Parts: sequence; structure tokens; C-alpha cells
Amino acid sequence: MSNTYVFLSIAAMALTTYFIRMLPMAIFRKKIENRWIKSFLYYVPYVVLSAMTFPAIFSSTGSVLGASVGCVVAIMLAYFNKGLLTVAIGAAAMAFLIQFAGM
Amino acid sequence: MKINEIKEGIKDGLPIALGYFSVSVAFGVSAVGAGVPWWGTSLISLTNLTSAGQKAGVDVMAVGGSVLLIVLTTLIINMRYFLMGVSISQKVEEKMPIWQRLLVAFGITDEIYAVSMGKKHDLTAPYMAGLIIPPIFGWTGGTVLGSVATNFMPQVLADAMGIALYGMFIAVIVPPSKENKKVLCAVIMAILLSVMFTYLPYISKLETGWAVIIITVVVSGIAATLFPVKEEADNE
Repeated sequence: MSNTYVFLSIAAMALTTYFIRMLPMAIFRKKIENRWIKSFLYYVPYVVLSAMTFPAIFSSTGSVLGASVGCVVAIMLAYFNKGLLTVAIGAAAMAFLIQFAGM
Repeated sequence: MKINEIKEGIKDGLPIALGYFSVSVAFGVSAVGAGVPWWGTSLISLTNLTSAGQKAGVDVMAVGGSVLLIVLTTLIINMRYFLMGVSISQKVEEKMPIWQRLLVAFGITDEIYAVSMGKKHDLTAPYMAGLIIPPIFGWTGGTVLGSVATNFMPQVLADAMGIALYGMFIAVIVPPSKENKKVLCAVIMAILLSVMFTYLPYISKLETGWAVIIITVVVSGIAATLFPVKEEADNE
């Protein structure tokens, strides 16, 4: 892999990624008043994160069982309003224990 | 006041940084394995700050694909940031100047977005700085480490860390779903569609990036039409 190719590829990735992130921030500088669009944007975070998490979470570790138990633990911790870090570590710790036990 | 906002941001950003660190070690290892030099992998992480898009880009580089193909692949996988950017643009303080908005834009990742949208208050520039800077260090630092010192983390530990970032998403999705049936309904629709896009013949061949965009637009559109949000609930 030549250095020029590496440089060009990285520049292409970085500029494309930034362009996508920058565009809406530059365009929508006033609060949107339309009720439908506001409602749409209200649901976007939950929908996009749900779609990204399921079913991908079940193949996120070396074992489907470990990931499944980790997922259940995460949902339970989140249900009782535990913070982001607690939920993330809880899920990872449970997945680790299950895999470590060789299950 | 501003110091408190930065502190609050750092407090929220540190867990993301830790999660990124472990994930990006794995990215560094695999990208060096694909033939990218260590300075290249580190530069990718510093300038891109995204997981799936970087991995896809490196996959194209590994086979010597054209720069145009790299642009298109990155565009598709990262298109969801456009939708997230629209949401963030509405949640930052209305008076935030354009140059600060353009800086905040660089830090829109799935996890930073998730945390930002979970906040009850408008997003200020000091808060966003605190939230974004630690993850940049975590993501780049982990990549450097993974690229120069491959295989220093036991596989079983690295595997388990893979679930940590999904855990953060769950922490954002579950509490509002518990309290609001309309959100729960949207979440269930999204999960069902996502499972279909993963397993059904034909449509499962679609790039994950496209699937996420289609699901987001369709489900949020249905939810917004069936269950419009009351005016006073805007900032929830």
C-alpha cells in the first residue's frame, strides 16, 4: 500500500464523513416549528438506536449466549434507570463471565 | 457556570471514551492486519471518529479499491449521521454561533448522539466540548495502541467489550420506552424491521447503512403521523 494511496483514501473518508455531519448543522440553524417534523425528530433517536442494536447485539461478542444474557442484564439495569456506564459495564461484565466460564 | 457545563460533559464523555478505547484497539489490530500502516490507522481514527465507516473504508483499501468507491462506501454507511445531525441542530442552544455548530458537527457519533439526546436541557458549546474531546482521545489512543502492540488484550476480554457500546444504546432506549407507550411502539417497529433486514432473503443483502436509514425514516415517519408529539413535550 503506497503512502500516497493511504493519504488519499484517508482524506476521502474524512472529508465525506465530515460533510455528512456538517451539512445539517449548517442548514438547520433555526428551531423547526413544523409539528410533524418535530415529532419525526423526536422519534429518530429511539428508532435509529433500536435498529442499530437489534439484532446486532447478539453477535457483538464471541458467544451468542453471553451476548444474550448481557443484553437482558442491560435492559434490566436500564429499566431501573441506571446510568449509561453502569448499563454498559454490566452488560460487558456479564458477557465476559459467561464466555470466561466457557459457555 | 461554564466550568460546570464542561465538567458535566466530561463526566458523560468519559464512559464513551473508555468504550471507544477498547473498541478502537480492535480496529487498530484489524486495520494493520489489512495492510494499513500504523500512522494511517491512527490518522483514520483521528479524522473520522466513527467505527463502521472506518472499517468499511479499510476493507476497500485492503483490496486497493478506488478512492471513489471509498467515498461512496463511507457515504452510505455514515448517512445516518445526517439524520442525527438534524436532531442535534435542533437541540443545541439556538444562539450557538455557526463556527461552534461546525465544530460540534465533527463529534456526532452514535454514542455522543445518544447521550446528547438523553439530556433534558439544551446543548451548550462547553458541554459538547467536554462530551466530545475525551472520546476523540479514547478512540485515537486505542487505535494507536492496537496498531503498534497487536494482541496485547486477551481475546475473551476484547470480545466482551464489543457489547459495551450496545449497552449504552440500551440505556438510552429503555427508560423512555417504559414511560411512553408511543416510544415503545416505535422501538418495537424498528426492532422488527431491523430483524427483517438482517435475516429475510433479498433485503438482507442491502448494506447495513442503508437499512438503518430506511428503518429510521419509515418508522419515525409512521410514529410522527400516528402519534404526533404535544407541543409542551418538545424538549423531552
